Amino acid sequence: MTLAPGKKKEKLDRLAELSAVHDDERGVSLWREAMRRLRRNPAAIVGAVILAAFVLVAVIGPFLVPYEPTDTIGVREKVVSSGHGIIPGPSADHWLGYDHQGRDEFSRMVVGARQTLIVGIVSTLIGLTIGVLIGGVAGAAAGLGGRWGRLVDNVLMRIVDMMLSLPSLLLAVSVAALLGPSLVTVMIAVGMVSVPVFARLLRGAMIAQANRDYVLAASSLGVRKSKIAISHIVPNSLAPVIVQATLTLATAIIEVAALSFLGLGNPDSAVPEWGLMLADAQKYLDVRPGLAIYPAVGIIITALGFTLLGEAMREALDPKLRR
Amino acid sequence: MTLPATDVGTTRAGATDALVEVRDLKVHFPITTGVLFDRVVGHVKAVDGVDLTVPRGQTYGLVGESGCGKSTLGRAILQLTPPTAGEVRFDGMELTRLSAGKMRGLRRRMQMIFQDPMSSLDPRQNVESILTEGLAAHGIGAGRSERRDIINRTLDAVGLPHWALSRYPHEFSGGQRQRIGIARALVLGPELIVADEPVSALDVSIQAQVINLLDELQEELGLTYLVIAHDLAVVRHISDVVGVMYLGALVEEAPSDRLYREPLHPYTRALMSAVPVPDPDLEDRRERILLAGDLPSPANPPSGCRFHTRCPWAQPTRCADERPVLRDVGGTKVACHWAEQIASGELRPHEVRVELVRPGDEGEAPSIVSAPSEPGTYV
Repeated sequence: MTLAPGKKKEKLDRLAELSAVHDDERGVSLWREAMRRLRRNPAAIVGAVILAAFVLVAVIGPFLVPYEPTDTIGVREKVVSSGHGIIPGPSADHWLGYDHQGRDEFSRMVVGARQTLIVGIVSTLIGLTIGVLIGGVAGAAAGLGGRWGRLVDNVLMRIVDMMLSLPSLLLAVSVAALLGPSLVTVMIAVGMVSVPVFARLLRGAMIAQANRDYVLAASSLGVRKSKIAISHIVPNSLAPVIVQATLTLATAIIEVAALSFLGLGNPDSAVPEWGLMLADAQKYLDVRPGLAIYPAVGIIITALGFTLLGEAMREALDPKLRR
Repeated sequence: MTLPATDVGTTRAGATDALVEVRDLKVHFPITTGVLFDRVVGHVKAVDGVDLTVPRGQTYGLVGESGCGKSTLGRAILQLTPPTAGEVRFDGMELTRLSAGKMRGLRRRMQMIFQDPMSSLDPRQNVESILTEGLAAHGIGAGRSERRDIINRTLDAVGLPHWALSRYPHEFSGGQRQRIGIARALVLGPELIVADEPVSALDVSIQAQVINLLDELQEELGLTYLVIAHDLAVVRHISDVVGVMYLGALVEEAPSDRLYREPLHPYTRALMSAVPVPDPDLEDRRERILLAGDLPSPANPPSGCRFHTRCPWAQPTRCADERPVLRDVGGTKVACHWAEQIASGELRPHEVRVELVRPGDEGEAPSIVSAPSEPGTYV
């Protein structure tokens, strides 16, 4: 390297370097940058459109449906007799036909969307909250807590491992059976299944972040460890957790459907829910396969929407792809 | 804050007012196994008995190859990595026994500059938030406007425009990011700055700018630097005193010019002979000392002189069984039993046989032992 002492002030170089960043528009934060990338990704847009449609149906649909979803009109009007295999298909009045109890299938699909959305979101939130709490404590303890921190982390992670070692459906079934069948139970059960995933994910990301130089820099500035964990490590570790949450929403919906299918769902079977509708339809598959196809397609499309958006978010938040 | 360190009696004769004094500092990282309860099966001796003194207002350069423990030493001096044993005195205060709270308060007087400016800046913080964090932690500056004042003055000092405040690290070039890192260290008004490879992640043209900036800041603010680097030219340019580290310990320490003119320790000689000369004829003819073998594992360092397994001047006596201490040889401190004889030419270099399997290596497989060096993530 050549460093002539007389040329110490290389102002020209400095000016040239500074001109690389021009004018005084505000800086672009990571989140805004990620949003911009998300908007340019076709998969994200497809996913977002599906989800927007789903949420719209779930929120305002129930006010607009032509029939009460619990009204057994078909039986009353003697057009449906499921015992004799008579379940009429789609018609001008009933767009998707009747279900096995003579209720309007279209109305049930629309109202069921709301149930499905609520169950999906709430159970994901339950899993996310508990998982983030466990993972956050374990990650902070392992990353910054020294010897005692590692012990705390070890204990928490072994508990999580135990949850992880049970097959997810079995875990959900045990929780649901233990607490008695109700809608809340289903949501707790499905939430519990995703707890270890969130906990492990956040902990791993936090430990990776705790070894980064900016954490060392913050402690050399004299910032408290608790503040470093909350204001540096956690925000930088959340991206994979958020992505996982969108993906979990999709699996949660499927798992709720599975639990309903197994009869551990909402005991009030009059309230439409896609999983339950699917379960009820199995007896009439040979008569009216449509009854199974409609809720199945609903579940698939919704899960697809969440998955597409989740994958796109994973890409958008990946720091390796940032320019 | 220029209290003379009167109560420091351990300073060597002739040394000027010392800001940092390190005595027999050791940092050993335990190697553990076990599922629930850690069982210690060995130690990585990253720093193993270092004595050094950084004079106030001067620059101490620390060189050595990767994995020799120089970064760990820097962090241990700042108490960012807790030392296993030894003393670190800062302005007469013993840091290793300070409570966490007192140490935190003292941190505004000693700061650090990192190698990789991208990984040492939180990607979610804009520059203003980065620079405010330290001020807030120490309660410097009453209000927002007063803090803005301090920050703007710091930005001027490191040559960054004021509009940088609202921007995020990824929007800057490498050199500018390093300036942000320097500003973060400076904003607290420290006396000591430990710069861990401050320029090695930067382009050569920008290295010069950053080094000159560090030079200017030292002149203006009277800073004391401990510069850790593997680039000999960089260290020569900015250091007053240079220490050479090998496998966790200092092997030689001398004023910069002297060290580069006449290195005494065999390892320093080998290092110096690795620097290319910008004259092709001279470059072809000059003597080069090529070291055989790799840096031994710091988990299982060689007995006696740490360097004897690779030393072309190693002697059958003393080298393998007696660890040399740093001693004064005509103004240079050197840890070699045979420094005088090597300097006078009485001892000649000889072939070194590489020992593929080191004796007494029954502890750990070397493959799983690695010295924790810079955890740089190259994103």
